[in-house]
Amino acid sequence: MNQPRFNALEIETPEGITFEYLLASPLVRCMALAIDYLTIATLFLIISALIEILGWISVDIATAFYIIFYFALSIGYFLILEFGWKGKTIGKKLFNLKVMDSRGFRLRLDQVVMRNLMRFVDSLPLFYCLGGVVSLINRRSQRLGDIIAGTVVVRAPDREIPKLSEISDTEYNSFSEHPRMEALLRERVSPIQAKIALQALQRRDSLEPTARIKLFADLAAHFKAVVVFPGDSADILTDEQYVKNCVESIFRGAK
Amino acid sequence: MILDVEKFIRNRQRDWSRYETLLGVLEERGRKSLSLEEVVEFHGLYEKLGADLVRLKAAAFEPATRIYLESLLARGFGELHGSRRARFSWRTISNTVAEFARVVRRNSKSLGFCMALFLLGGVFGGLSLALDPDSKPTLMPFDHLLGSPNDRVDMEESLDPDHMDGAKSRFSAQLMTHNTRVAIFTLTLGITFGVGTCILIFYNGIIIGAVVVDYILAGESIFLTGWLLPHGSVEIPAILLAGQGGLIIARALLFARGRMSLMARLQDIRRDLVFLIGGIAVLLIWAGIVESFFSQYHYPVLPYSVKIAFGVVQLLAVFAYVLFFGRKGEKAEAVQ
Repeated sequence: MNQPRFNALEIETPEGITFEYLLASPLVRCMALAIDYLTIATLFLIISALIEILGWISVDIATAFYIIFYFALSIGYFLILEFGWKGKTIGKKLFNLKVMDSRGFRLRLDQVVMRNLMRFVDSLPLFYCLGGVVSLINRRSQRLGDIIAGTVVVRAPDREIPKLSEISDTEYNSFSEHPRMEALLRERVSPIQAKIALQALQRRDSLEPTARIKLFADLAAHFKAVVVFPGDSADILTDEQYVKNCVESIFRGAK
Repeated sequence: MILDVEKFIRNRQRDWSRYETLLGVLEERGRKSLSLEEVVEFHGLYEKLGADLVRLKAAAFEPATRIYLESLLARGFGELHGSRRARFSWRTISNTVAEFARVVRRNSKSLGFCMALFLLGGVFGGLSLALDPDSKPTLMPFDHLLGSPNDRVDMEESLDPDHMDGAKSRFSAQLMTHNTRVAIFTLTLGITFGVGTCILIFYNGIIIGAVVVDYILAGESIFLTGWLLPHGSVEIPAILLAGQGGLIIARALLFARGRMSLMARLQDIRRDLVFLIGGIAVLLIWAGIVESFFSQYHYPVLPYSVKIAFGVVQLLAVFAYVLFFGRKGEKAEAVQ
């Protein structure tokens, strides 16, 4: 049942626990890269102005600084930020992406160096064509630099503990007047069925109106087939309210 | 059994918060920032978190909490199983200098292959020019090499001693960045199973071979040696070392080395490649300085004997460094 998604990286710990990272698509990575190049260009303009001041002393030395600085910035920007900022650059941070070891470990310096040096080949012949094509074909959306470095780019939004108010529901449930039937419902409904019903409720506002009516009609029919609540508490309810009551009854009694 | 997520979160929240606090300290300040008690506590909380995640996945469906726990577990997993961070010290620098030479020696077969390929290119370029002088524009398509060597020597020897003033630093920076780019490109083209690297090494051999034969046939051997040796004695080895790096990548891609997976093979060579490209960059920075500040001055400003002696000493130093530097550490590693 828990098959990893096609765009996810599944990692299993030595303790046998699995977790997933959502892989960043080549398109999002491309947009993050564009932001990074804009940042590099801006930094270059700012520092160039400072180097021009050096030109008052010696034009030759100022030009040399200019050439070396441009070269160092175009390589060093990615190297320093990715290593010092846990796999993030400014572009990646804006799009909630980060570079990480493909086995889930902490990123190492040699990995950061190699994936960034490989940009020379990945950017061939123009605008990262080669790297883009390889990442489109690759199962983990890796460009050549990622393959050599053993890295992947994943989505890494900040996570917080979910608020309890988002999960609990304090509305009156007419099924609670029939504790025996509720117990029967909990016994007969499998965790998978309960999960499906709960997810349907959580996502109901994003469903098309007709799809929403049909989905809850199907779910209500299923629950009605499992346990029949007395007429006075069930007949007046809509299908959606019926499913909601069932889910609330199941999870309220859970251990 | 179905889990009451609300109750579950309420019961476990304190442990998760404590774990996240310790994890934050670990990520920001490294492993030494935690006391032994805190390390033990962190490990215990990590295991509890894993158990909570398994329980949540098996007995409830609450995506937000599952994703939150997964992200906490993933961060902790990276910290617990990743290698430690390198700390800066003078000893690290001296080890790095020695390790570059060791890496070159460890992969001597790749370097030998590169040198053979470069020599083959040189012979091909030299013979082509000797047998067909009209092929010169094809063999070395650079304006400053297309004219007669005798005219070039006359022109260079008549230049004012101050002819490079006001341009030396710029020229030096151009050489450093261009040559480093070529070296990185030569190394990274190893991803083409070494084909791209071999083409670049062979092509560089052709150019050098053609130039050498062109000047020898024109009777300008001394000028040529005095011109190329001071910077070439570092620059050419650096490009060959970049080729060596490319072939190391190619070897890892092509040969399984027993039962090692591709990922394990690439992991095995990455550290060597980083030492190699770091060392190459240093060599090319030095070569750029020498080429701009020294190689561009000829007789009578600088006698050829001085330039050739400088080049020979430098070449011997490069050989001595690669062959002998860091041997002591190598022996110690072998004993362990």
